Amino acid sequence: MDKYLEMIRIRFLMMLAYRTNYYTGILIYGINIGAYYFLWTAIYSGKEEIQGLSITQMTTYVAISWMARAFYFNNLDREMAMEIMEGKVAVELIRPYNYLGMKTMQGLGEGIFRLFFFSLPGLIIVYFVFPIQITLKPSVWGLFAISILLSFFINTQLNLLTGITTFFLYNNTGLIRAKRVVIDLFSGLLLPMSFFPGWAQGIMKFLPFQGISYIPSMIYTEGFTHQQAIQAIGQQFIWVIILLIPIQILWVIAKKQLVIQGG
Amino acid sequence: MVFYVTMFFQYMSQYIKTRLQYRSDLIVEFFSDLMSQAINLVFILVVFGHTQLLGGWSRDEIIFIYGFFLVPYAVFSAFFNIWDFNERYIVRGELDRILTRPIHSLFQIILERLELEALLGAVTGLAVMFYAGTRLNLQLDWFDPILFIIFVIGGALVYGGIFVMLACVSFWADAKTSLMPMMYNISNYGRYPVNIYNTVIRFVLTWILPFAFVGVYPAAFFLEKKEWYIYSFLTPVIGIIFFALSVFLWNQGVKKYRGAGN
Repeated sequence: MDKYLEMIRIRFLMMLAYRTNYYTGILIYGINIGAYYFLWTAIYSGKEEIQGLSITQMTTYVAISWMARAFYFNNLDREMAMEIMEGKVAVELIRPYNYLGMKTMQGLGEGIFRLFFFSLPGLIIVYFVFPIQITLKPSVWGLFAISILLSFFINTQLNLLTGITTFFLYNNTGLIRAKRVVIDLFSGLLLPMSFFPGWAQGIMKFLPFQGISYIPSMIYTEGFTHQQAIQAIGQQFIWVIILLIPIQILWVIAKKQLVIQGG
Repeated sequence: MVFYVTMFFQYMSQYIKTRLQYRSDLIVEFFSDLMSQAINLVFILVVFGHTQLLGGWSRDEIIFIYGFFLVPYAVFSAFFNIWDFNERYIVRGELDRILTRPIHSLFQIILERLELEALLGAVTGLAVMFYAGTRLNLQLDWFDPILFIIFVIGGALVYGGIFVMLACVSFWADAKTSLMPMMYNISNYGRYPVNIYNTVIRFVLTWILPFAFVGVYPAAFFLEKKEWYIYSFLTPVIGIIFFALSVFLWNQGVKKYRGAGN
């Protein structure tokens, strides 16, 4: 366990060394939030609420989902692809730790860094620029915290899955890019799932994507009742467990294939 | 001039040869591009499930603007692949090599960094425009195709000008900047009608970072939005001004360039 904690720490420090990159990052997220803020204002134009969300809630939803994204987002899939293509993964495999577990911890270190140096200052800036509502209820913050932690795990698991496919596809940059756009839309980052037509929502219920962005953002904006929120967190938790299965299976097959390639 | 044109075709044929060696990469890339375009369209469609008009523009008009935007954007991505100018040319000192070449340094870099497969985005854009145009019953006049080409070139020059200027920053400040991704995000504003933004942003998008000339302004002409015609016709003017400015800045930068040491 110690070595995994150490990995989080190292990643955190590494990110700290390159923190200047993050100031422009906050600006980029601010610009994105701004674009969607104006778009949504135009969409609402006079309407009190759409799908149970008021315009203030919607703005908050947009802001909070971008800021949460800074926490759960990582490039583990691309890092894995690089390591696999360059053959570094062979060395990683003989080290005394679980490769996938280690990757997850690195991602977590990165996420924690961004949470403190990106999301929090970013949220304060956004608060002064756009009319968003920051809740003061500790219960909402508590549920939100649990929820974004689970978002992180679901997103990371999907990244690991994409990364593992490099073993079979050799070049999966296209897949990585495609995965990213799919997650942006179907996770609810760009718009809440409740805006989709009914049939699409029906399909989405059976996919893990909405656990990444929609659920934590709805919890924060109180678009969910307390009951719904707890149910949604349960749903996220189940997905974290389910996703372990394909990862484990693909990982075992991939390792076997790697051995064959190495002769 | 003839020399430049022959150089262009030389590089182009080389480029096509190398790309066709790796056909599967090409197909995958094409599909992932198509996917992100489809997602932007899905976004528009879903949004219009909840509203009739967006700042006075209908669903099909917004789709048409997006389709138009894809065309100059594709031209820009095919020829101005200078995202990593700083790392690739300044930090690694590759610019020294460029400067020994007999053609203009910016042109040389454009040739080396061609990404012609991006032009496929223009096909998607045309298809989207055709779909939306049919639904809107737009009439095609004899001068429309000509103006379309002029507007597309104008839009691509706006994009090119802004990104060349950003690349020029590396001549003066050698720090790594994330200005390029930021500008990409700002450019997304230009895909929607500018009248939904507040006056400051509208002013910026028109005169300072004129991304509105890549999407909504020129598209407004084909949508027969008379109140925007002035802006539509300004498209090539703004494009030329910004691009000329960027070339001027580039030349100044090259003069100042001292190499990255050895």
